[in-house]
Amino acid sequence: MNTLLSFVAQVGQRSLQSVREIGYHAALLAEACYWLLFGRWRRQPVRLGAIFREAVGVGVNAIPIVALASFATGMMLAIQGIYTLRTFGAEGQVVLGISLSVTREFAPLITGIFVAGRSGSAIAARIGTMQISQEIDALRVIGINPVRYLVAPLLAAMLLTLPALTVMSDLIALFGGALYCAGELSLPIGIFFARTFEVLVAQDVIHGVLKSLIFAVIITLIGSANGFNVTAGAEGVGRATTRAVVLGCIGIILADMVFTFLTSR
Amino acid sequence: MQIPELAIDVSHLVTHYGSRKILDDISFQARQGEIMVIMGGSGSGKSTLLRHLLGLHQPTSGSIRLLGKDITQLNADQMYDLRKNMGVAFQGGALFNSMTVGENVELPLREHARLDENTMRIMSRMKLEVVNLAGFENLMPAELSGGMIKRAALARAIVMDPRLLFFDEPSAGLDPVVSAELDELILILRDAMNMTIVVVTHELESAFKIADRITVLDQGRILMSDTVTAVRASDNPRIQSLLNRTPRNEAINPDEYMERLTREIF
Repeated sequence: MNTLLSFVAQVGQRSLQSVREIGYHAALLAEACYWLLFGRWRRQPVRLGAIFREAVGVGVNAIPIVALASFATGMMLAIQGIYTLRTFGAEGQVVLGISLSVTREFAPLITGIFVAGRSGSAIAARIGTMQISQEIDALRVIGINPVRYLVAPLLAAMLLTLPALTVMSDLIALFGGALYCAGELSLPIGIFFARTFEVLVAQDVIHGVLKSLIFAVIITLIGSANGFNVTAGAEGVGRATTRAVVLGCIGIILADMVFTFLTSR
Repeated sequence: MQIPELAIDVSHLVTHYGSRKILDDISFQARQGEIMVIMGGSGSGKSTLLRHLLGLHQPTSGSIRLLGKDITQLNADQMYDLRKNMGVAFQGGALFNSMTVGENVELPLREHARLDENTMRIMSRMKLEVVNLAGFENLMPAELSGGMIKRAALARAIVMDPRLLFFDEPSAGLDPVVSAELDELILILRDAMNMTIVVVTHELESAFKIADRITVLDQGRILMSDTVTAVRASDNPRIQSLLNRTPRNEAINPDEYMERLTREIF
Protein backbone atom coordinates (compact mmCIF):
# COMPACT_ATOMS: atom_id res chain seq x y z
CA MET A 1 0.00 0.00 0.00
CA ASN A 2 2.76 2.36 1.01
CA THR A 3 4.83 1.59 -2.08
CA LEU A 4 1.78 2.14 -4.27
CA LEU A 5 1.13 5.48 -2.58
CA SER A 6 4.71 6.62 -3.02
CA PHE A 7 4.59 5.49 -6.64
CA VAL A 8 1.50 7.58 -7.29
CA ALA A 9 3.09 10.50 -5.44
CA GLN A 10 6.17 10.18 -7.59
CA VAL A 11 4.17 10.13 -10.80
CA GLY A 12 2.34 13.24 -9.61
CA GLN A 13 5.54 15.04 -8.74
CA ARG A 14 7.12 14.14 -12.08
CA SER A 15 4.10 15.43 -13.99
CA LEU A 16 4.07 18.63 -11.97
CA GLN A 17 7.78 19.05 -12.67
CA SER A 18 7.23 18.56 -16.41
CA VAL A 19 4.38 21.05 -16.54
CA ARG A 20 6.49 23.55 -14.62
CA GLU A 21 9.38 23.01 -17.03
CA ILE A 22 7.20 23.49 -20.10
CA GLY A 23 5.86 26.68 -18.55
CA TYR A 24 9.40 27.88 -17.91
CA HIS A 25 10.37 27.26 -21.54
CA ALA A 26 7.29 29.11 -22.77
CA ALA A 27 8.04 32.08 -20.52
CA LEU A 28 11.65 32.10 -21.71
CA LEU A 29 10.52 32.13 -25.35
CA ALA A 30 8.04 34.92 -24.74
CA GLU A 31 10.66 37.00 -22.94
CA ALA A 32 13.35 36.44 -25.57
CA CYS A 33 10.93 37.45 -28.34
CA TYR A 34 9.84 40.47 -26.31
CA TRP A 35 13.42 41.76 -25.99
CA LEU A 36 14.13 41.06 -29.67
CA LEU A 37 11.10 43.07 -30.74
CA PHE A 38 10.78 45.80 -28.12
CA GLY A 39 14.16 45.87 -26.34
CA ARG A 40 15.16 49.01 -28.22
CA TRP A 41 12.36 50.99 -26.58
CA ARG A 42 12.99 49.56 -23.12
CA ARG A 43 16.65 50.64 -23.12
CA GLN A 44 17.67 46.99 -23.45
CA PRO A 45 18.52 46.65 -27.15
CA VAL A 46 19.62 43.31 -28.54
CA ARG A 47 22.88 44.22 -30.24
CA LEU A 48 23.43 43.29 -33.88
CA GLY A 49 27.07 42.52 -33.11
CA ALA A 50 26.04 39.97 -30.50
CA ILE A 51 23.65 38.30 -32.97
CA PHE A 52 26.40 38.01 -35.59
CA ARG A 53 28.89 36.65 -33.05
CA GLU A 54 26.40 33.96 -32.05
CA ALA A 55 25.55 33.27 -35.69
CA VAL A 56 29.20 32.53 -36.41
CA GLY A 57 29.39 30.27 -33.34
CA VAL A 58 26.26 28.22 -33.91
CA GLY A 59 25.92 28.49 -37.68
CA VAL A 60 29.07 29.19 -39.64
CA ASN A 61 31.25 26.97 -37.47
CA ALA A 62 28.78 24.10 -37.90
CA ILE A 63 29.12 24.12 -41.71
CA PRO A 64 31.83 21.41 -42.02
CA ILE A 65 30.16 18.87 -39.74
CA VAL A 66 26.67 19.44 -41.18
CA ALA A 67 28.07 19.24 -44.72
CA LEU A 68 29.81 15.96 -44.03
CA ALA A 69 26.76 14.42 -42.37
CA SER A 70 24.47 15.61 -45.16
CA PHE A 71 26.74 14.21 -47.86
CA ALA A 72 26.84 10.83 -46.13
CA THR A 73 23.07 10.86 -45.62
CA GLY A 74 22.43 11.62 -49.28
CA MET A 75 24.69 8.81 -50.35
CA MET A 76 23.14 6.42 -47.85
CA LEU A 77 19.67 7.25 -49.15
CA ALA A 78 20.82 6.54 -52.70
CA ILE A 79 22.30 3.17 -51.70
CA GLN A 80 19.20 2.11 -49.78
CA GLY A 81 16.85 3.52 -52.40
CA ILE A 82 18.45 1.66 -55.28
CA TYR A 83 18.59 -1.54 -53.21
CA THR A 84 14.90 -1.34 -52.34
CA LEU A 85 13.62 -0.19 -55.70
CA ARG A 86 15.60 -2.86 -57.52
CA THR A 87 13.09 -5.42 -56.15
CA PHE A 88 10.48 -3.75 -58.34
CA GLY A 89 12.89 -3.02 -61.13
CA ALA A 90 12.25 0.66 -60.56
CA GLU A 91 15.76 1.98 -59.83
CA GLY A 92 14.99 4.93 -62.09
CA GLN A 93 12.56 6.30 -59.52
CA VAL A 94 15.30 6.68 -56.91
CA VAL A 95 15.73 10.38 -57.76
CA LEU A 96 12.15 11.05 -56.69
CA GLY A 97 12.71 9.24 -53.38
CA ILE A 98 15.94 11.01 -52.62
CA SER A 99 14.78 14.51 -53.50
CA LEU A 100 11.59 14.32 -51.47
CA SER A 101 13.03 12.64 -48.40
CA VAL A 102 16.08 14.90 -48.31
CA THR A 103 14.26 18.21 -48.60
CA ARG A 104 11.21 17.33 -46.51
CA GLU A 105 12.86 15.21 -43.85
CA PHE A 106 16.54 14.41 -43.71
CA ALA A 107 18.19 17.78 -44.31
CA PRO A 108 16.31 19.65 -41.54
CA LEU A 109 16.56 16.68 -39.17
CA ILE A 110 20.28 16.08 -39.66
CA THR A 111 21.00 19.80 -39.36
CA GLY A 112 18.85 20.08 -36.24
CA ILE A 113 20.37 17.10 -34.50
CA PHE A 114 23.93 18.16 -35.22
CA VAL A 115 23.37 21.75 -34.13
CA ALA A 116 21.62 20.48 -30.99
CA GLY A 117 24.63 18.30 -30.23
CA ARG A 118 27.15 21.04 -30.96
CA SER A 119 25.42 24.13 -29.62
CA GLY A 120 22.72 22.88 -27.25
CA SER A 121 25.38 21.55 -24.90
CA ALA A 122 27.57 24.62 -25.36
CA ILE A 123 24.69 26.95 -24.52
CA ALA A 124 23.79 24.99 -21.39
CA ALA A 125 27.43 24.84 -20.29
CA ARG A 126 28.02 28.54 -20.84
CA ILE A 127 24.88 29.75 -19.06
CA GLY A 128 25.26 27.11 -16.33
CA THR A 129 28.83 28.15 -15.57
CA MET A 130 27.76 31.79 -15.49
CA GLN A 131 24.98 30.85 -13.10
CA ILE A 132 27.22 29.12 -10.55
CA SER A 133 29.95 31.77 -10.71
CA GLN A 134 27.33 34.50 -10.03
CA GLU A 135 27.91 36.08 -13.44
CA ILE A 136 24.15 36.01 -14.05
CA ASP A 137 23.64 37.93 -10.80
CA ALA A 138 26.38 40.32 -11.86
CA LEU A 139 24.51 40.96 -15.13
CA ARG A 140 21.31 41.67 -13.23
CA VAL A 141 22.89 44.10 -10.76
CA ILE A 142 24.54 45.96 -13.63
CA GLY A 143 21.03 46.32 -15.03
CA ILE A 144 21.38 43.89 -17.91
CA ASN A 145 18.50 41.48 -18.34
CA PRO A 146 20.14 38.02 -18.68
CA VAL A 147 17.52 36.78 -21.15
CA ARG A 148 18.00 39.86 -23.32
CA TYR A 149 21.79 39.58 -23.14
CA LEU A 150 22.27 35.82 -23.44
CA VAL A 151 19.15 34.21 -24.94
CA ALA A 152 17.71 36.78 -27.36
CA PRO A 153 20.81 37.11 -29.59
CA LEU A 154 21.19 33.35 -29.59
CA LEU A 155 17.56 32.84 -30.62
CA ALA A 156 17.93 35.34 -33.45
CA ALA A 157 21.18 33.72 -34.59
CA MET A 158 19.61 30.25 -34.56
CA LEU A 159 16.55 31.44 -36.48
CA LEU A 160 18.85 32.98 -39.10
CA THR A 161 21.41 30.22 -39.49
CA LEU A 162 19.44 26.99 -39.12
CA PRO A 163 17.29 27.55 -42.25
CA ALA A 164 20.45 28.52 -44.15
CA LEU A 165 22.22 25.38 -42.94
CA THR A 166 19.18 23.35 -43.94
CA VAL A 167 19.21 24.67 -47.50
CA MET A 168 22.93 23.94 -47.67
CA SER A 169 22.27 20.47 -46.33
CA ASP A 170 19.58 19.98 -49.02
CA LEU A 171 22.07 20.71 -51.78
CA ILE A 172 24.93 18.66 -50.35
CA ALA A 173 22.77 15.62 -49.58
CA LEU A 174 21.34 15.74 -53.11
CA PHE A 175 24.88 15.99 -54.42
CA GLY A 176 25.87 12.92 -52.39
CA GLY A 177 22.92 11.01 -53.81
CA ALA A 178 23.71 12.20 -57.34
CA LEU A 179 27.31 11.08 -57.01
CA TYR A 180 26.30 7.54 -56.02
CA CYS A 181 23.67 7.33 -58.76
CA ALA A 182 26.29 8.48 -61.27
CA GLY A 183 28.45 5.51 -60.32
CA GLU A 184 25.75 2.88 -59.82
CA LEU A 185 23.18 3.77 -62.47
CA SER A 186 25.47 5.73 -64.84
CA LEU A 187 23.10 8.66 -64.36
CA PRO A 188 24.91 11.92 -65.16
CA ILE A 189 24.88 14.37 -62.28
CA GLY A 190 23.37 17.08 -64.47
CA ILE A 191 20.42 14.85 -65.32
CA PHE A 192 19.99 13.88 -61.66
CA PHE A 193 19.62 17.53 -60.67
CA ALA A 194 17.43 18.32 -63.66
CA ARG A 195 15.03 15.57 -62.61
CA THR A 196 15.23 16.64 -58.97
CA PHE A 197 14.09 20.14 -59.85
CA GLU A 198 11.35 18.64 -61.99
CA VAL A 199 9.81 16.65 -59.14
CA LEU A 200 10.39 19.15 -56.33
CA VAL A 201 7.98 21.99 -55.74
CA ALA A 202 8.80 25.02 -53.60
CA GLN A 203 6.44 23.63 -50.97
CA ASP A 204 8.83 20.73 -50.25
CA VAL A 205 11.80 22.98 -49.52
CA ILE A 206 9.67 25.39 -47.51
CA HIS A 207 8.36 22.46 -45.48
CA GLY A 208 11.94 21.59 -44.47
CA VAL A 209 12.88 25.20 -43.77
CA LEU A 210 9.82 25.72 -41.56
CA LYS A 211 10.82 22.68 -39.57
CA SER A 212 14.31 24.07 -39.10
CA LEU A 213 12.80 27.24 -37.59
CA ILE A 214 10.97 25.14 -35.01
CA PHE A 215 14.17 23.22 -34.28
CA ALA A 216 16.03 26.51 -33.80
CA VAL A 217 13.58 27.55 -31.10
CA ILE A 218 13.73 24.13 -29.42
CA ILE A 219 17.54 23.99 -29.30
CA THR A 220 17.87 27.53 -27.94
CA LEU A 221 15.18 27.14 -25.28
CA ILE A 222 16.24 23.73 -23.99
CA GLY A 223 19.90 24.74 -23.90
CA SER A 224 19.34 28.01 -22.07
CA ALA A 225 16.65 26.73 -19.70
CA ASN A 226 18.90 23.90 -18.54
CA GLY A 227 21.75 26.37 -18.11
CA PHE A 228 19.70 28.81 -16.03
CA ASN A 229 18.46 26.03 -13.77
CA VAL A 230 21.90 24.77 -12.77
CA THR A 231 22.28 24.78 -9.00
CA ALA A 232 24.67 22.07 -7.89
CA GLY A 233 28.09 23.37 -8.90
CA ALA A 234 30.29 21.87 -11.59
CA GLU A 235 28.47 18.54 -11.44
CA GLY A 236 25.23 20.37 -12.12
CA VAL A 237 26.74 21.98 -15.21
CA GLY A 238 27.72 18.53 -16.49
CA ARG A 239 24.23 17.23 -15.91
CA ALA A 240 22.68 20.26 -17.60
CA THR A 241 24.78 19.83 -20.76
CA THR A 242 23.87 16.16 -21.06
CA ARG A 243 20.24 16.97 -20.46
CA ALA A 244 20.30 19.78 -23.02
CA VAL A 245 21.59 17.44 -25.73
CA VAL A 246 19.30 14.53 -24.92
CA LEU A 247 16.16 16.63 -24.48
CA GLY A 248 17.12 18.75 -27.49
CA CYS A 249 17.39 15.75 -29.80
CA ILE A 250 14.22 14.14 -28.46
CA GLY A 251 12.40 17.45 -28.71
CA ILE A 252 13.48 17.85 -32.32
CA ILE A 253 12.34 14.37 -33.32
CA LEU A 254 8.99 14.71 -31.54
CA ALA A 255 8.36 18.17 -33.00
CA ASP A 256 9.29 16.80 -36.41
CA MET A 257 6.76 14.00 -36.08
CA VAL A 258 3.98 16.33 -34.96
CA PHE A 259 4.76 18.91 -37.64
CA THR A 260 4.91 16.29 -40.39
CA PHE A 261 1.67 14.73 -39.16
CA LEU A 262 -0.10 18.08 -39.19
CA THR A 263 1.16 19.29 -42.57
CA SER A 264 1.70 16.24 -44.78
CA ARG A 265 -1.55 14.33 -44.69
CA MET B 1 18.15 65.68 -6.70
CA GLN B 2 18.18 66.01 -2.95
CA ILE B 3 20.38 63.47 -1.25
CA PRO B 4 18.46 61.68 1.46
CA GLU B 5 20.14 61.34 4.81
CA LEU B 6 19.58 57.60 4.91
CA ALA B 7 21.20 55.75 2.03
CA ILE B 8 19.84 52.41 3.17
CA ASP B 9 16.73 51.92 5.24
CA VAL B 10 15.55 48.36 5.75
CA SER B 11 12.48 47.86 7.88
CA HIS B 12 10.76 44.70 9.09
CA LEU B 13 12.20 42.56 6.31
CA VAL B 14 10.99 38.95 6.36
CA THR B 15 12.07 36.43 3.74
CA HIS B 16 11.46 32.76 3.11
CA TYR B 17 13.25 30.13 1.09
CA GLY B 18 10.47 27.71 0.21
CA SER B 19 8.68 27.36 3.53
CA ARG B 20 11.81 27.99 5.61
CA LYS B 21 12.10 31.42 7.16
CA ILE B 22 15.56 32.83 6.46
CA LEU B 23 15.35 36.44 7.64
CA ASP B 24 13.06 37.44 10.48
CA ASP B 25 12.05 41.07 11.05
CA ILE B 26 15.29 42.69 9.91
CA SER B 27 15.51 46.47 10.36
CA PHE B 28 18.61 48.62 10.06
CA GLN B 29 19.79 51.89 8.55
CA ALA B 30 22.95 53.22 6.97
CA ARG B 31 23.68 56.91 6.34
CA GLN B 32 25.24 58.33 3.21
CA GLY B 33 29.03 58.01 3.34
CA GLU B 34 28.96 55.36 6.01
CA ILE B 35 30.66 51.96 5.94
CA MET B 36 28.22 49.40 7.26
CA VAL B 37 29.57 45.94 7.93
CA ILE B 38 27.10 43.08 8.04
CA MET B 39 28.62 40.36 10.18
CA GLY B 40 27.51 36.92 11.14
CA GLY B 41 28.52 33.30 11.09
CA SER B 42 27.81 30.85 8.30
CA GLY B 43 24.09 30.35 7.84
CA SER B 44 23.21 33.54 9.69
CA GLY B 45 21.41 34.84 6.59
CA LYS B 46 23.88 37.57 5.68
CA SER B 47 24.23 36.42 2.06
CA THR B 48 20.44 36.28 1.76
CA LEU B 49 20.19 39.77 3.19
CA LEU B 50 22.72 41.01 0.64
CA ARG B 51 20.82 39.38 -2.24
CA HIS B 52 17.67 41.17 -1.12
CA LEU B 53 19.49 44.48 -0.81
CA LEU B 54 20.61 43.98 -4.41
CA GLY B 55 17.03 43.43 -5.53
CA LEU B 56 17.73 39.90 -6.74
CA HIS B 57 14.80 38.45 -4.76
CA GLN B 58 11.39 39.63 -3.65
CA PRO B 59 10.99 39.54 0.15
CA THR B 60 7.92 38.06 1.83
CA SER B 61 7.21 41.33 3.61
CA GLY B 62 8.93 44.50 4.76
CA SER B 63 10.55 47.28 2.81
CA ILE B 64 14.06 48.06 1.54
CA ARG B 65 14.66 51.72 0.77
CA LEU B 66 17.84 52.45 -1.18
CA LEU B 67 18.62 56.14 -1.74
CA GLY B 68 15.07 56.92 -0.69
CA LYS B 69 13.36 54.47 -3.06
CA ASP B 70 11.61 51.31 -1.90
CA ILE B 71 13.05 48.65 -4.20
CA THR B 72 10.28 46.20 -3.35
CA GLN B 73 7.81 48.59 -5.03
CA LEU B 74 9.83 49.78 -8.04
CA ASN B 75 9.01 48.71 -11.57
CA ALA B 76 11.70 47.42 -13.92
CA ASP B 77 12.45 50.84 -15.42
CA GLN B 78 12.83 52.57 -12.07
CA MET B 79 15.00 49.72 -10.82
CA TYR B 80 17.14 50.06 -13.96
CA ASP B 81 17.73 53.73 -13.14
CA LEU B 82 18.54 52.95 -9.52
CA ARG B 83 21.07 50.31 -10.56
CA LYS B 84 23.22 53.04 -12.12
CA ASN B 85 23.83 54.21 -8.57
CA MET B 86 24.65 50.77 -7.25
CA GLY B 87 27.92 48.88 -7.59
CA VAL B 88 28.43 45.29 -6.51
CA ALA B 89 31.61 43.27 -6.05
CA PHE B 90 30.70 39.62 -5.68
CA GLN B 91 32.52 37.11 -3.52
CA GLY B 92 34.10 35.19 -6.39
CA GLY B 93 34.45 38.36 -8.46
CA ALA B 94 31.88 37.14 -11.03
CA LEU B 95 33.95 38.62 -13.85
CA PHE B 96 32.69 37.57 -17.26
CA ASN B 97 35.13 34.91 -18.35
CA SER B 98 34.66 35.52 -22.05
CA MET B 99 35.78 39.15 -21.78
CA THR B 100 39.09 40.79 -20.92
CA VAL B 101 39.48 42.62 -17.63
CA GLY B 102 39.13 45.94 -19.44
CA GLU B 103 35.92 44.88 -21.23
CA ASN B 104 34.54 43.67 -17.91
CA VAL B 105 35.11 47.06 -16.32
CA GLU B 106 33.67 48.87 -19.37
CA LEU B 107 30.48 46.81 -19.51
CA PRO B 108 28.36 48.97 -17.14
CA LEU B 109 29.41 52.09 -19.08
CA ARG B 110 28.54 50.40 -22.36
CA GLU B 111 25.07 49.56 -21.07
CA HIS B 112 24.19 52.76 -19.22
CA ALA B 113 26.06 55.62 -20.83
CA ARG B 114 26.40 56.75 -24.42
CA LEU B 115 30.12 57.32 -24.67
CA ASP B 116 32.63 56.75 -27.41
CA GLU B 117 35.08 53.86 -27.24
CA ASN B 118 38.08 55.94 -26.21
CA THR B 119 36.28 57.69 -23.36
CA MET B 120 35.09 54.35 -22.02
CA ARG B 121 38.58 52.93 -22.27
CA ILE B 122 40.07 55.87 -20.42
CA MET B 123 37.42 55.65 -17.70
CA SER B 124 37.95 51.95 -17.18
CA ARG B 125 41.71 52.49 -17.05
CA MET B 126 41.20 55.17 -14.40
CA LYS B 127 39.27 52.73 -12.22
CA LEU B 128 41.88 50.04 -12.76
CA GLU B 129 44.46 52.58 -11.58
CA VAL B 130 42.41 53.12 -8.42
CA VAL B 131 42.53 49.41 -7.59
CA ASN B 132 46.22 49.12 -8.59
CA LEU B 133 45.57 46.99 -11.67
CA ALA B 134 46.89 49.44 -14.24
CA GLY B 135 48.16 47.70 -17.34
CA PHE B 136 46.17 44.52 -16.77
CA GLU B 137 43.18 45.46 -18.93
CA ASN B 138 44.06 43.09 -21.76
CA LEU B 139 44.33 40.00 -19.59
CA MET B 140 41.54 37.45 -19.28
CA PRO B 141 40.03 36.84 -15.80
CA ALA B 142 41.43 33.30 -15.83
CA GLU B 143 44.94 34.75 -15.89
CA LEU B 144 44.48 36.74 -12.67
CA SER B 145 45.18 35.75 -9.06
CA GLY B 146 42.43 35.67 -6.42
CA GLY B 147 43.27 39.10 -5.06
CA MET B 148 43.49 40.63 -8.52
CA ILE B 149 40.08 39.21 -9.44
CA LYS B 150 38.54 40.86 -6.37
CA ARG B 151 40.17 44.16 -7.23
CA ALA B 152 39.06 43.92 -10.87
CA ALA B 153 35.53 43.19 -9.65
CA LEU B 154 35.78 46.26 -7.43
CA ALA B 155 36.89 48.35 -10.40
CA ARG B 156 33.84 47.17 -12.35
CA ALA B 157 31.61 47.94 -9.36
CA ILE B 158 32.82 51.56 -9.10
CA VAL B 159 33.14 52.40 -12.78
CA MET B 160 29.81 54.26 -12.78
CA ASP B 161 30.80 56.17 -9.60
CA PRO B 162 27.90 54.66 -7.69
CA ARG B 163 26.56 56.17 -4.48
CA LEU B 164 26.07 52.68 -3.03
CA LEU B 165 28.71 49.99 -3.07
CA PHE B 166 28.14 46.42 -1.94
CA PHE B 167 31.08 44.17 -1.27
CA ASP B 168 30.56 40.48 -0.52
CA GLU B 169 33.30 38.82 1.58
CA PRO B 170 36.23 40.98 0.43
CA SER B 171 38.78 38.97 2.40
CA ALA B 172 37.48 35.44 1.82
CA GLY B 173 40.19 33.23 0.37
CA LEU B 174 42.89 35.91 0.43
CA ASP B 175 46.10 36.09 2.44
CA PRO B 176 46.22 38.66 5.28
CA VAL B 177 48.37 41.15 3.39
CA VAL B 178 46.13 41.24 0.32
CA SER B 179 42.97 41.46 2.40
CA ALA B 180 44.49 44.32 4.44
CA GLU B 181 45.17 46.12 1.17
CA LEU B 182 41.54 45.63 0.12
CA ASP B 183 40.38 47.07 3.46
CA GLU B 184 42.59 50.08 2.83
CA LEU B 185 41.07 50.44 -0.63
CA ILE B 186 37.54 50.41 0.76
CA LEU B 187 38.43 53.21 3.18
CA ILE B 188 40.03 55.27 0.42
CA LEU B 189 36.96 54.84 -1.81
CA ARG B 190 34.64 56.05 0.91
CA ASP B 191 36.80 59.07 1.69
CA ALA B 192 37.39 60.00 -1.95
CA MET B 193 33.89 59.48 -3.30
CA ASN B 194 31.65 59.65 -0.24
CA MET B 195 30.11 56.29 -1.11
CA THR B 196 27.91 54.35 1.23
CA ILE B 197 29.57 50.97 1.44
CA VAL B 198 28.01 47.76 2.66
CA VAL B 199 30.52 45.03 3.37
CA VAL B 200 29.38 41.50 4.18
CA THR B 201 32.04 39.57 6.03
CA HIS B 202 32.78 37.13 8.80
CA GLU B 203 36.34 38.42 9.28
CA LEU B 204 36.41 40.22 12.62
CA GLU B 205 39.67 42.03 12.13
CA SER B 206 38.68 43.48 8.80
CA ALA B 207 35.22 44.38 10.11
CA PHE B 208 36.58 46.35 13.07
CA LYS B 209 39.12 48.10 10.89
CA ILE B 210 36.79 49.47 8.23
CA ALA B 211 33.36 49.68 9.83
CA ASP B 212 31.61 52.82 11.00
CA ARG B 213 28.79 50.66 12.22
CA ILE B 214 28.28 46.92 12.43
CA THR B 215 25.10 44.91 12.04
CA VAL B 216 25.38 41.48 13.63
CA LEU B 217 23.13 38.79 12.22
CA ASP B 218 22.43 35.48 13.89
CA GLN B 219 20.01 32.83 12.67
CA GLY B 220 18.11 35.30 10.54
CA ARG B 221 17.69 37.96 13.25
CA ILE B 222 19.60 41.11 14.03
CA LEU B 223 21.43 40.86 17.34
CA MET B 224 22.51 44.46 17.21
CA SER B 225 23.21 47.25 14.77
CA ASP B 226 25.49 49.82 16.30
CA THR B 227 28.90 51.48 16.30
CA VAL B 228 32.10 49.46 16.50
CA THR B 229 32.72 50.40 20.12
CA ALA B 230 29.20 49.46 21.15
CA VAL B 231 29.49 46.08 19.44
CA ARG B 232 32.81 45.43 21.13
CA ALA B 233 31.36 46.35 24.51
CA SER B 234 28.20 44.31 24.04
CA ASP B 235 27.47 41.72 26.72
CA ASN B 236 25.21 39.65 24.46
CA PRO B 237 26.58 36.09 24.79
CA ARG B 238 26.11 35.34 21.07
CA ILE B 239 28.06 38.42 20.05
CA GLN B 240 30.74 37.65 22.59
CA SER B 241 31.09 34.10 21.28
CA LEU B 242 31.38 35.50 17.74
CA LEU B 243 34.05 37.97 18.90
CA ASN B 244 35.97 35.46 20.96
CA ARG B 245 35.55 32.59 18.55
CA THR B 246 34.07 30.31 21.16
CA PRO B 247 31.85 27.46 20.00
CA ARG B 248 28.17 27.86 20.81
CA ASN B 249 26.88 25.73 23.64
CA GLU B 250 23.16 25.70 23.45
CA ALA B 251 21.09 23.76 25.90
CA ILE B 252 19.24 21.01 24.06
CA ASN B 253 15.57 20.61 24.69
CA PRO B 254 15.12 16.80 25.02
CA ASP B 255 11.56 16.78 23.62
CA GLU B 256 12.48 18.79 20.55
CA TYR B 257 15.53 16.60 20.06
CA MET B 258 13.41 13.42 20.12
CA GLU B 259 10.90 15.01 17.78
CA ARG B 260 13.61 15.88 15.24
CA LEU B 261 15.07 12.38 15.32
CA THR B 262 11.78 10.54 14.94
CA ARG B 263 10.03 12.93 12.55
CA GLU B 264 8.13 11.21 9.72
CA ILE B 265 8.84 7.79 11.21
CA PHE B 266 6.00 7.31 13.68
